[in-house]
Amino acid sequence: MAIWLPRLAIDRWRLAEGLRPGQGSDAAPLALIAETAHGPRLAAVNDAARQAGVRSDMLLADARALCPELAVAPADPAGDRAALEALALWAQRWGPWSALDQPDGLVVDVTGVAHLFGGEATMLADAARCFAARGYAARPALAPTAGAAWALAHHGPERAILHPGESLDVLPVAALRLDPGTVLVLRRLGLKRIGDLSGVAREALARRFRNHKAPAANPLIRLDQLLGRVPEPLLPVLPVDVPLVQRRLMEPIRHRSLLDRVLADLCADLTRVLEARALGARRLELALWKVDGEVLQRRLELAAASRDPAHIAALFGRKLDDLDAGFGIELARLRAPWTEPLALAQRDLEAAAEVHGTSLAACIDRLAIRLGPEAVRRPVPRASHVPERAQQWIGPLEPERVSQSDLPFHTRPLKLLDRPEPIAVLYASPDGLPRRFRWRGAVHEIARAEGPERIAPEWWRERSTVRLRDYYRIEDGAGRRYWIYRSGLVDDGRGGAPEWFLQGLYA
Amino acid sequence: MTISAPTPLAAFARRRRFGAVLPAPAETRLWQPGPNERPDERHSELFAAPGDAAGAGLALAFAMAQLRGQAADPVADYPDERPWLWVQDAAALRLTGRPYRPGLPPMLRHRLIHVAAKTPEDALFALEEGLRCRDLAFVVGEIAGNPRALSLTAQRRLSLVAEKHGVPLWLLRVGAERDLSSARQRWTVRAAPSLPPRWNAQAPGAPAWQAELFRARNHPPGEWILRNDGQVLTAEPAQPAPHHGDLAAPAGDRPLAAG
Repeated sequence: MAIWLPRLAIDRWRLAEGLRPGQGSDAAPLALIAETAHGPRLAAVNDAARQAGVRSDMLLADARALCPELAVAPADPAGDRAALEALALWAQRWGPWSALDQPDGLVVDVTGVAHLFGGEATMLADAARCFAARGYAARPALAPTAGAAWALAHHGPERAILHPGESLDVLPVAALRLDPGTVLVLRRLGLKRIGDLSGVAREALARRFRNHKAPAANPLIRLDQLLGRVPEPLLPVLPVDVPLVQRRLMEPIRHRSLLDRVLADLCADLTRVLEARALGARRLELALWKVDGEVLQRRLELAAASRDPAHIAALFGRKLDDLDAGFGIELARLRAPWTEPLALAQRDLEAAAEVHGTSLAACIDRLAIRLGPEAVRRPVPRASHVPERAQQWIGPLEPERVSQSDLPFHTRPLKLLDRPEPIAVLYASPDGLPRRFRWRGAVHEIARAEGPERIAPEWWRERSTVRLRDYYRIEDGAGRRYWIYRSGLVDDGRGGAPEWFLQGLYA
Repeated sequence: MTISAPTPLAAFARRRRFGAVLPAPAETRLWQPGPNERPDERHSELFAAPGDAAGAGLALAFAMAQLRGQAADPVADYPDERPWLWVQDAAALRLTGRPYRPGLPPMLRHRLIHVAAKTPEDALFALEEGLRCRDLAFVVGEIAGNPRALSLTAQRRLSLVAEKHGVPLWLLRVGAERDLSSARQRWTVRAAPSLPPRWNAQAPGAPAWQAELFRARNHPPGEWILRNDGQVLTAEPAQPAPHHGDLAAPAGDRPLAAG
């Protein structure tokens, strides 16, 4: 079943104003406007304005020329979208799942449920009546496929039902859910109705639209979807119920000890809610309403799903140190917007193993809360030849992506300086090995060396002036082992004389 | 070499000096490479120069020796794959660089969790939290210089936490003076020339360190050259022990009367 809400924006504006259709300021011409690059443009118009000749998508200046008394109000596309999502959930009263049809329609799967409402025609009448009771103008239609139902809802008669054997050939080609540009192309080709398309050889249409991959730009794909020859997956709307607990306080609290007590109660409540749904929280939001209306927000992210009330309370406790309660806090609310499944766990048979120490996730949480999430990281390999790009830092408990393993014959240093440090070298020849070098004020004689290992710049990522590097693994007279490189060659045309850098330290 | 148990006089001297009898070491023998089975020796300290990674390399070699020598858990059906923690403060990070995964030992590289603390206080907090965690195999800390936060009290906290939870700690002191500490083993590390590898004598070989154990609870001090060939940590005395047996030079084929 497809439901079209042809005047969704105007109906929302009217309901927000508390008016019936044609009452009050709805009786005068009115339009909702959206700001565009070319000035204000009408997004939706009411019935009085439509009778005055005003159409949506007009510029406001043109509309004022037609109808000087036109009143305007700002459009709210985000609010329309949210209202449509709420309506889609509500429309699940007629079927097990529903999907959005942007910007002003709904699709409900009513396969095999019509008899529960006393037949298909009764169900459509019920839908129209329910939407009218909520103050929305709606055009429901019923068909075996979503495309056909959409076509009937938009271009068919009121409360149309497509029975088996009937055809939609009389509907205009715009009923195929096509772009305005494609509709214009078809009209210029003389194809005005859906039936006209079957009069043309399919190969000719396929060749004409062979470069149009999007379904909305290719009438053949839309025609097949309408007739049910190809599947058309829709994205259903699922209700997400955010676990939420709150405490209203009889007396506003101003002291930290009382707040800690409330926080512990909230955490215990939330734990019970989460446990009932077998969930663990990853992100938590604590909101505290003060007497003067201000809301204090604290947000927390956990390294792994958890519902340990003591752990959560301790983590929030660190974030409440700079709280200014003012005249007192009268409402505390704790939400878990991001949860992950966390099954009930069997307690360890050896109880000592549980009470001893903390778990890894709790340890990571404590470190990240005090030091910041950027301070606690884990290195993972990355596909790159350039040494400093060959490793990447991710969160400590994030899974490691599959990557090609390192080549075992490369001996890499244990530590890498964040920024290669320039060294002054003495060498026999510019392209050869240095004899000694000066780094951080100390002179190192090179006793042994291995190299060069040439690592070329990644031309697909870097600029053409980046120089190649010749790496040497060296050991100085005292046994200290370093990884140094020469940046560039003598005559590579990418700068002056090559420079030397020290990048890594071996164990 | 075995040193006899302390005499009653020595015990009396300890009581005079500290007010209470310190527990006498159960066994005082020369340090040997290998796993440290004693539960009261979980905190070691390594003093290293800021210009190389010798200290970090030796700490990881000690850790690998410890992991390899641990008795296998009879109920665990997989090898020990617990992560380990490496905490650096900002000064140590700037002086000696950041861990580089391709260069880490293969048995440790995928298990590293790195903490870049800004101040020594934060680093000490992270070390203590890591030692409390039952899911960590060991903890390596790296703190530069002698910050005020790293006092004897802080060291003692670390020792107690490490021994209570059984998580070993190797604390690297980068460019630091030898101050008061409660670490059970205190080492001074510097790099030593490596042995030439088999196939390319001109190349640097497997890492080697000259390590001096200058203070230890259960071992007499000593100095060793330690080498790690990737599988096992070996030690040889830094200076060959003097010969006490034949002090006289070989006589040769000359008359004794000639002097």
